[in-house]
Amino acid sequence: MELKTPLYDCHVNAGGKIVEFAGYLLPVQYKTGVIAEHMAVRKSAGLFDVSHMGEVIIKGKDALSNIQMLITNDCSRMIDGQVRYSPMCNEKGGVIDDLLVYKISGEQYFIVVNASNRRKDVQWMKSHLKGDAELIDISDEMALIALQGPMSTVILGKVADASKLPVKYYTFRTNVDIAGIDCMVSKTGYTGEEGYEICCRNEDAARLWELLLDVGRSDGLIPCGLGARDTLRLEAAMPLYGHEMDENVTPIEAGLEFAVKLNKDDFIGKQAIMEKGRPAITRVGLRITGRGIARENCPVYHENKEIGKTTSGTHSPYLGYPIAMALVDVSKSETGTKLEVDVRGRKIEAEIVALPFYKRV
Amino acid sequence: MSKELYFTKTHEWVRFIDETTARVGITEFAQGELGDLVFINLPEKGDEVIAGESFADVESVKAVSNVYSPVSGTVRAVNENLLDQPELVNMDAMEAWFIEVENISEKGELLTEEEYMKLIEE
Repeated sequence: MELKTPLYDCHVNAGGKIVEFAGYLLPVQYKTGVIAEHMAVRKSAGLFDVSHMGEVIIKGKDALSNIQMLITNDCSRMIDGQVRYSPMCNEKGGVIDDLLVYKISGEQYFIVVNASNRRKDVQWMKSHLKGDAELIDISDEMALIALQGPMSTVILGKVADASKLPVKYYTFRTNVDIAGIDCMVSKTGYTGEEGYEICCRNEDAARLWELLLDVGRSDGLIPCGLGARDTLRLEAAMPLYGHEMDENVTPIEAGLEFAVKLNKDDFIGKQAIMEKGRPAITRVGLRITGRGIARENCPVYHENKEIGKTTSGTHSPYLGYPIAMALVDVSKSETGTKLEVDVRGRKIEAEIVALPFYKRV
Repeated sequence: MSKELYFTKTHEWVRFIDETTARVGITEFAQGELGDLVFINLPEKGDEVIAGESFADVESVKAVSNVYSPVSGTVRAVNENLLDQPELVNMDAMEAWFIEVENISEKGELLTEEEYMKLIEE
């Protein structure tokens, strides 16, 4: 059975086209369409319901040491109010999920995980906890709303005390009062733009959603669906679990080396990742120069030899041409390399380009 | 309602110019479901199309979908404007024809406008 987020009725009333995603009924787009929603985020602002994401708390005296063991990034020098991105690996170095760790205090961490992996993650984390540490899954009580785009600070400043909002990228503030609603606000996102992710209780979500849309309308804020969320993250070259990585790919192979700290003390998967040494494959960006769109799982060829597969692909609304990400043979991964992608039996031309495809100025 | 205009269950329209010649496109409903179109792959002039079989595909931002021919025949012309401006289909699906078919030898299961409207209401 599909689940509904607390904003389901808002989406239906606003003409959202509802699809099933990770077990939830969510809008893939509104009447405005993916391209307009995408461009709203690049030029002004967009509002996304990401309440399907999972939220867990790990607390206790040994919270940090457990998190250090569970994930590949290093949280030891985080300060309260910081957010860190990290893959979480199995013993083989394959990625179980990628997640965000919020440090509330030395003994309490808030973790956001992918909806599709939530149960697997919770089970994995719980089964590996040691000492004084407790995991609480609060996903079913919390809603998450992403306000993204260059106007997001102006919009949020209309309903919250600006001095209470996080300023630096990848930081957050708790107990932010937004029109009487108690929120946790982080300066994070999945679009490549400046923006916020706002966590509140389910019962307050619809009011917060409508309020933000109301005060943001004059700044160009519109609600956006999963379609634009995907095209935005793709332009920003942000990885999506199940596409750029899964349990068969190490974070190094997926191009997430920046979030793997092999010089910290042990973590699950470290041994396997170190033994693999330099990876044979790597993540690259492709600009499709031929006619057509390469989506996921299209074989990629270099001089008629298969060198990898695409992991995600779409038409880039901002750039106006098709783009894709692919995992390919390291020896053929140089920018400028000409390749071909097999799209449903038809080979179309592509070229390796630097990631990200889009970077805000 | 037009006597020459028919629809398919797979959301194409066919407008007969005469007994054996017709233009084919996708419906307003189909374009709405697909969303913003960004690529359309069309057959070439002279290609054969077969009723019920795919002759083109349309790429929206989200996904690719086949377009099925309502009739069997030979492609007399393709609407090349769509190659550069697929959004013409989003703007007016009933005007943005894909192909013109001649020597029509067979028709697939065609619905009247009334029947089609009933279908998409369900």
